[in-house]
Amino acid sequence: MTAPVPFRIRVRFSKLGKVRFLGHRDLARVWERALRKAALPVAYSEGFSPRPRLSFGLALSTAYESLGEYLDIDTWEMWPDLAAVPGRLSACLPEGIDVTAACAVSRSEPSLQQAVTSCTWLIDIVDISAADLGAVVDRALAAPTLMLERERKGNTVTDDLRPQVVALDVVGPTPTGARLHAELGTQPRTLRPSELLAALEPPLEEALVSRTHQWTTSDGARREILPLDATHPMHVGERAS
Amino acid sequence: MGSLWTALEPLLPKVQKPARYIGLEDGSQRPDPQPGQVGWLMMYPDTYEIGLPNQGLQILYEIVNERPDAYAERSYAPWVDLEALMRQRNVPLFSVDTHRAAADFDLIAFNLSAELTYTNVLNCVDLAGVPVRSADRRAEHPLVAVGGHCTYNPEPIADFVDIVVLGDGEEVVSEITEVVREWKTGGRTDGSRENVLRALAQVPGVYVPSLYDAEFDGERLVGIFPRFPDVPEIVEKRTIADLGQWPYPRNQLVPLTEVVHDRLNVEVFRGCTRGCRFCQAGMITRPVRERPAEQVRSMVQSGLRRTGYDEVALTSLSTADFSGIEAVVADTVNDPLNCGQVSVSLPSLRVDAFTVGVAAQIQKARRTGLTFAPEAGTWRMRQVINKLIREEDLYGAVESAYSQGWRRMKLYFLTGLPTETDEDTLGIAELAKNCVELGRAHHKNPSVTVSLGGFVPKPFTPFQWFGQNTPVELQRKIGLVRDATKHSKGVQLKWHDPKATLIEGIMSRGDRRLCPVIEDVWRHGGTFQEWSEHFDHRLWVDTMAAHGLSVDWYVHRHRTEDEVFGWDHLSAGLHRDFLWQDWRDALDHLGLEDCRWTPCYDCGACTGYGIEHVVASAVPPAGGSQGTGQDRSSGGDVPVRLGVKPIAVGAP
Ligand code: SF4
Repeated sequence: MTAPVPFRIRVRFSKLGKVRFLGHRDLARVWERALRKAALPVAYSEGFSPRPRLSFGLALSTAYESLGEYLDIDTWEMWPDLAAVPGRLSACLPEGIDVTAACAVSRSEPSLQQAVTSCTWLIDIVDISAADLGAVVDRALAAPTLMLERERKGNTVTDDLRPQVVALDVVGPTPTGARLHAELGTQPRTLRPSELLAALEPPLEEALVSRTHQWTTSDGARREILPLDATHPMHVGERAS
Repeated sequence: MGSLWTALEPLLPKVQKPARYIGLEDGSQRPDPQPGQVGWLMMYPDTYEIGLPNQGLQILYEIVNERPDAYAERSYAPWVDLEALMRQRNVPLFSVDTHRAAADFDLIAFNLSAELTYTNVLNCVDLAGVPVRSADRRAEHPLVAVGGHCTYNPEPIADFVDIVVLGDGEEVVSEITEVVREWKTGGRTDGSRENVLRALAQVPGVYVPSLYDAEFDGERLVGIFPRFPDVPEIVEKRTIADLGQWPYPRNQLVPLTEVVHDRLNVEVFRGCTRGCRFCQAGMITRPVRERPAEQVRSMVQSGLRRTGYDEVALTSLSTADFSGIEAVVADTVNDPLNCGQVSVSLPSLRVDAFTVGVAAQIQKARRTGLTFAPEAGTWRMRQVINKLIREEDLYGAVESAYSQGWRRMKLYFLTGLPTETDEDTLGIAELAKNCVELGRAHHKNPSVTVSLGGFVPKPFTPFQWFGQNTPVELQRKIGLVRDATKHSKGVQLKWHDPKATLIEGIMSRGDRRLCPVIEDVWRHGGTFQEWSEHFDHRLWVDTMAAHGLSVDWYVHRHRTEDEVFGWDHLSAGLHRDFLWQDWRDALDHLGLEDCRWTPCYDCGACTGYGIEHVVASAVPPAGGSQGTGQDRSSGGDVPVRLGVKPIAVGAP
């Protein structure tokens, strides 16, 4: 058996602009190289082909943007000067991926997958007015259930998505349509923006989608995965083009 | 010259692997073109995954971007899904660096490494909004340039390209830039296209097909002749004398998405003189020019730091021959800054125990698989192709690999070689089975994968006179090996589609009469022919027939000593009578020693250009006999001819 790795660093990062088209697997490889470039020590897995011990939170669909992605990095040595880590890592990452916070977290904390209870999303819809979008939202929220048929493990199942819709409202018009704000639950399984849109009446198609927050619940209160006071100021107020 | 990104962005969520099209690689550049600067679009006519690692394009990309009067960006063939959307929405071909339209560049320069990508060249030119035939282009259109190994016979695409560049591009790219800059400064006026092409034809290494006429007498080619007195009768390739002066790429591109050869690549030498007779790369890149070991070391070290890669490949046509190989490998593996996490790969292993020893030293962590290329199944056949690996070399290498922890081997072979008998073909199965047997002493389930390719004779090799095997014959030979290994546990067989081999053969030694065939195949949707799911054998064969051209005449016919070739007006330095003599020697099973360590045979590659080998070591590498016949102490049965070769006089 392997001795447990003593330290874990949790970082928050953004994924904005062209780099939003990078898939999850490729993103992991970009991170592996960035950590080597930044010369930050990382624990490796045992075995035939050792890999750095990184665990990402909830995967972000390719083509979605995000202001709040998270990554846990296991290490045998505590990193020096955590305050300098966001800058040091951002310099080694491609344009559009910026590290906005880095914290040591206890190994006894739940994993990102377990910790996150909901995510906040901004969802652009094209060719629809804010008023029409508002009507669609009102209908969905007024209904007792929000049923969606989907394939899971080869079977067609029908689920009620309603319990996982924590919040849903229209932000306002955009140059090409209107924007939705949604907070969607992630337990026991993640409700994706595309699934929510498919269950609306009429079903809608997403344009640009951004994840702005990932939330956890502690002592009954909702907070960001990395508390804001532990972070560096987020420079990414608006979406990069 | 606006960016096409806003037009492209909405298409990307609808296509596979959109990260191919976003650029942003570490090492990529975003030029801000100034008036008068010459713009190069470096283009690989296949997917991003295949094209991005291409070292030739990366080298030229950097050299051009270092010039104050020029800039370069990159592009790759969009996959069929994106192409359909681009055509539907009228989005033209774009660069991945700044998403500028391809037609805004002054030159679109393709690397040609495979014949089956020719239709993609046409497709990319068309997607750029540029006429596919050079005769239809006007002053406002970019020049279409090609370079790379296939340009040693560019005749099948002569009607589509404006300029062809032969040999090493490091120096000539700047000379071309200067001519094109003059053209730009002159305003690229109407009718000036012909002038710039005439001026480019004066640059050594540049061939302008439209300035030459191909004369035929019935089926026979009479010759390819310049249309103007100032246009050279013979275009010589370019060769850089000293690789050490060109430590490129300095900033190798690090793609965000996975590509082939996804690692740091450092070229340790260029050229090869082992003289394998089937190998065009070895013949056309002579002589050997080693990079100083010190420079290799520093390129490896700084490259790893900069890129974050955990793997470096030392590339060349036969890396174990590099004089400094052991020291460079040891230094890389033992560099404390690499924390033991860096692996080194030698993509072209020599078949001997020494090489495996080096490999063992470097693949400490990941001992996954080793690849060897004996190329032929019997000693007789290997004499014919001048790949003088004795069976004991192979078994020594394999034994050494198994004993040091490797469990899987891959063996590369060619079939359809000159004089090949069924005994030779079956020898492949025999070797593979024996290798598995050797493995059983070390592992429960040793495995050997045999990869079998059909041989395509290439221009500027001693086998250029040989008639390629038919697909039926190749399939029969593959069947022989398959049947002979069917019941052998541990032997896997993979083979290249003989039908694809046939089409490669048409273009490999084809001439200008193939241009309309290639255009028709492209017009009927025949793109991405390197991909088995898109390859359309029938389309090619039917199109050949529709144009009244005989596949048999182009591919399967043995050629005679006096035949005029469609590449006789081009030169890789190699004397035709040297190649002819080597062809005769092949048929006589006569081996030829590596001229790095023996007297020169005057093949022409050095003697013609006033250059010579740049090799740090005056003695052959330790160990094996592959290609050198050096290991005389333990064998002595390698029949090599010593001394200066008698030069046969070819018929006029
Ligand atoms: S010219 Fe002589 S030394 Fe140079 S590659 Fe040819 S045979 Fe070898």
